[in-house]
Amino acid sequence: MDERQSPSPCSSRPSSPRTPPCEMLGSVGIEAVLDQLRIKAMKTGFEFNIMVVGQSGLGKSTMVNTLFKSKVWQSSLPSLELPMPQTLELHSMTHVIEEKGLKLKLTVTDTPGFGDQINNDKCWDPVLSYINQQYEQYLQEELLITRQRHIPDTRVHCCVYFVPPTGHCLRPLDIEFLQRLCRTVNVVPVIARADSLTIEERNAFRSRIQENLKTYCIDVYPQKCFDEDINDRLLNSKIREQIPFAVVGADREHLVNGRCVLGRKTKWGIIEVENMAHCEFLLLRDLLIRSHLQDLKDITHNIHYENYRVLRLNESHQLPRGPGCVNLAPASPGQLICPGPGKVRRRANKDSKEDEG
Amino acid sequence: MSTGLRYKSKLATPGEPDDIDKQYVGFATLPNQVHRKSVKKGFDFTLMVAGESGLGKSTLVHSLFLTDLYKDRKLLSAEERINQTVEILKHTVDIEEKGVKLKLTIVDTPGFGDAVNNSECWKPITDYVDQQFEQYFRDESGLNRKNIQDNRVHCCLYFISPFGHGLRPVDVGFMKALHEKVNIVPLIAKADCLVPSEIRKLKERIREEIDKFGIHVYQFPECDSDEDEDFKQQDRELKESAPFAVIGSNTVVEAKGQRVRGRLYPWGIVEVENQAHCDFVKLRNMLIRTHMHDLKDVTCDVHYENYRAHCIQQMTSKLTQDSRMESPIPILPLPTPDAETEKLIRMKDEELRRMQEMLQKMKQQMQDQ
Repeated sequence: MDERQSPSPCSSRPSSPRTPPCEMLGSVGIEAVLDQLRIKAMKTGFEFNIMVVGQSGLGKSTMVNTLFKSKVWQSSLPSLELPMPQTLELHSMTHVIEEKGLKLKLTVTDTPGFGDQINNDKCWDPVLSYINQQYEQYLQEELLITRQRHIPDTRVHCCVYFVPPTGHCLRPLDIEFLQRLCRTVNVVPVIARADSLTIEERNAFRSRIQENLKTYCIDVYPQKCFDEDINDRLLNSKIREQIPFAVVGADREHLVNGRCVLGRKTKWGIIEVENMAHCEFLLLRDLLIRSHLQDLKDITHNIHYENYRVLRLNESHQLPRGPGCVNLAPASPGQLICPGPGKVRRRANKDSKEDEG
Repeated sequence: MSTGLRYKSKLATPGEPDDIDKQYVGFATLPNQVHRKSVKKGFDFTLMVAGESGLGKSTLVHSLFLTDLYKDRKLLSAEERINQTVEILKHTVDIEEKGVKLKLTIVDTPGFGDAVNNSECWKPITDYVDQQFEQYFRDESGLNRKNIQDNRVHCCLYFISPFGHGLRPVDVGFMKALHEKVNIVPLIAKADCLVPSEIRKLKERIREEIDKFGIHVYQFPECDSDEDEDFKQQDRELKESAPFAVIGSNTVVEAKGQRVRGRLYPWGIVEVENQAHCDFVKLRNMLIRTHMHDLKDVTCDVHYENYRAHCIQQMTSKLTQDSRMESPIPILPLPTPDAETEKLIRMKDEELRRMQEMLQKMKQQMQDQ
């Protein structure tokens, strides 16, 4: 998909008055364009970058494995010999998954140690700085004179935030984190380990969370202001009613009524992950993969990334002049969060940048 | 001698009353006398529950004692939680069962571990425990000791989140701050979200970490060698299942035609009192039916005595600094000592010193001989 032809950025997208379709005198074959797009997409494949944030033990790695039905992520247990990480470290891993000839390059970023310390002040800084770093990297690539044909996209398209199933309401830590992150990235909050809540408790918890989100003006994905038309609005409001989804993850299969299902086997029954009566995992999967994956990428590119870009360009007080490249001053600490103490492993494309410099 | 006939004892055999009377003293009935006296007096027990909010503490207390202590509780909203500090709340309830009265005090610690910055969030709790010890110390050293109220915390149930991979830093901090002051019984809360293999791994992990960090949790006493096999087996099982993985419930549901206390899920019903589902029954038996008295004993004999020794040491070191004579009975600085009481105390002081000197002299005399 050609991303350079995306519509104009930032706030409201005014819909241009549609020209009335003219009458067709015969079949031209325009719909073949769709086939061409499909063939091209199959060749180039898709990229998707997802970040999972939450306290340890909430099932983040299991959820990722369940979503993509493969051992994308080895859940890492902190060993007894090593001390608990004192600062938040982010780990990224990339896998290529293939389905029906279509390749998906999936990058999962994990945040071990989030919210686990005694003092969790500013534990969101490393996450924010990682996200901004990815935007910065993309920006630098975009501003080069000779750009790559296909700029590698490491920007975080979706951040799944795992809320622990206390059953009460959002904790102060959750609120602080969500408030800050919703402005920079698409956030999808989920109720983790939902098999500890009964259906009534789950619904009560969900409505309290929705109230909290409204009180604190936390705009989670799908954001209301980005609905393009009435169909979108209808579809998205149905989703908005059910956010946050109560999910359960499992990577083991069990036999239920002769079928092999992914689930958790307890002494009192088997929790089927893909059974809508048990949990809402299917809704999360459909949202992230089957229906809104491209939308997540579009909003990241058109809105979040463009916001970042405008901020940076205004800072440097130098707008692009003609064919020359822009020498951006380093980001001032006041405006943006500088890359903090978080250590990140990312693919380095520094060589090409330093040549142009 | 007639007491031997009033209370039936194992030694009495029919057909030889005279012989038995001559050999039998009759103090084997003492436990019955103690029993009757304690039933009249009633028992008291103070239980503290601590842990992050949302781990099912109040539900578990409700299930354990089958009384709703939290009827009027209002859950804090998110706004209120942001500025909340750790509080100590006491609820007292009198429970009676088969003529035995229990005055149960539950000490709750809302706000623990909930803030973004939880440094030293256990300080209000350690202060509270110390305060109760100090109160008891004062009462014990006071002159009127007839009606001392024992508000010391006998047991602290600490709820560990089942979602972690073991102990969290807050858990370690809390337990290390309190393990020398109170009996800590760690529990794995909300255990119905774990499958059996996960419970096993988590228990092992927690046990390892408790050893590694040198935390002294409450140890079940060894059973005597003359107990029967059943009891020993039970005791072994109890020790092996620590920390207990518990589930609580406020509701009664219908399972297999019976009404049980449990939680109704779309995939099944968790029964709180089913030993195969969780360790609730073990916890209840341990806490109430078998080890309640031991918990009180350890509190009195170990934790309180540690506190008392520590206190006295501090006071005597202060006294020697003030170059006053050392007194065997610690004199607490009473808030408003009136002249008469002070005179009385000084007189008793002198008496005791004289007695000590006499004892010393006698010892020396014996040694010389």
